[in-house]
Amino acid sequence: MAANPMSQFDVYRIGPEIKVGAFDISFTNASLFMILSTVSILLIFNLGSKKNSLLPNKIQLLAELSYTFVSKMISDTAGSKAKPYFAFIFSLFMFVLFCNMFGMIPYTFTVTSHIIVTFVLAAFIFIGVTVIGFIKHGFGYLKLFVPSGVPAVLLPLIVVIEIISYLSRPISLSVRLFANMMAGHTMMKVFGGFVISLGIVGGWLPLSFSVALTGLEILVAFLQAYVFAILTCIYLNDALNLHH
Amino acid sequence: MVKKIYFQSIFFSFFFIKEAFAAESGGMPQLNPEFWISQIFWLILTFGIMYLILSKLILPKISNNLESRKSQILENIEAAEKQREDSDTKLKEYDEIISKSKLEANSIFNQAREKAIKDIGAKRQVLDKQIDKEIAEAEKEIDVLRKSAPNKINKIAIETSSELLLKLIGAEVNNSSISAIVEDLSKRNGDKYYGN
Repeated sequence: MAANPMSQFDVYRIGPEIKVGAFDISFTNASLFMILSTVSILLIFNLGSKKNSLLPNKIQLLAELSYTFVSKMISDTAGSKAKPYFAFIFSLFMFVLFCNMFGMIPYTFTVTSHIIVTFVLAAFIFIGVTVIGFIKHGFGYLKLFVPSGVPAVLLPLIVVIEIISYLSRPISLSVRLFANMMAGHTMMKVFGGFVISLGIVGGWLPLSFSVALTGLEILVAFLQAYVFAILTCIYLNDALNLHH
Repeated sequence: MVKKIYFQSIFFSFFFIKEAFAAESGGMPQLNPEFWISQIFWLILTFGIMYLILSKLILPKISNNLESRKSQILENIEAAEKQREDSDTKLKEYDEIISKSKLEANSIFNQAREKAIKDIGAKRQVLDKQIDKEIAEAEKEIDVLRKSAPNKINKIAIETSSELLLKLIGAEVNNSSISAIVEDLSKRNGDKYYGN
């Protein structure tokens, strides 16, 4: 059933099956769009950093604006201590943004609409941030779970809540991105299906809706990449500047 | 408004997802673990390579470009500031030179005027003296002439009268008698003729 709104999320093998031991690491459409996203990122930023003219051309301006945008985001939320992690957060933001944006082109595959992809990213961030926190503060990092200025009676409850909220970070981070992407794309597909099923007479309303949704989805694609990156910065801020 | 529609549509879309679940045996493809390992592998591979290239090659270049531009702009601003200061000092120097030269010109003018006045005074004195002398000489000459004038006139009068008499009467008259008459007349009327 081609009109199934979920069929756009199907992963299928491109080329032969590749197996390493028991693991299937075949090249799929997901891999294709990961490569497309990364290659376009590298291409754009390579072109944007090649020439150093005093008056930048368009692509250089794009690269430099993105650079200053992300660096400002990091310094605003995580301070100057987060500078060594700039490259990672920049790559993360660009990767998520490009995967989201590639998904907006019809007949493409949205890499970030798969929970496993976003979860791996979020889990990596979670583990990384936790490791950084313990390296920087030792066991003092556990003070993160004990907010200051809380009445002693409430403390056990607060600590439990803090620990749960800390542990649910990778889940919330990954599910937020994945659900946003999946819901948006499903909705667009559903409205697209309405256009076909209602035909020339009634199809105009869902069509106009589809157009509006496309704009909204492009906004969401950017916004979710931004939220993903900024939440990473906030988690990093917790690990770097412990001020609970 | 858009938000409301958005959330309502999400709500409705879950209806359709449920229907799709019913229709498809697999349900959400995201929850099918068949390609999970492949996705993780390719994610780590692509993201890792991208991260390495960005962090080692591209981002340092961009930050370098931004820094160099910043420093170049600062340098240019500094240079401009310096040039402005230079031009200010030069303008001051120029003003000073102009005012100094104005003063100098004034003093030179004054000196020249004084000198000219002095020269004129000296020359005038010399000329005055000369003129005085010449006037005195001329007066002397006039005096001499004036003194000699009555005698001459008398002589002329005597001669003309004797000649007139000769022509009129045809006889020569003694000059001495004529001169006596003339002298007598001139003595009587001298005041009338010479004015003094």
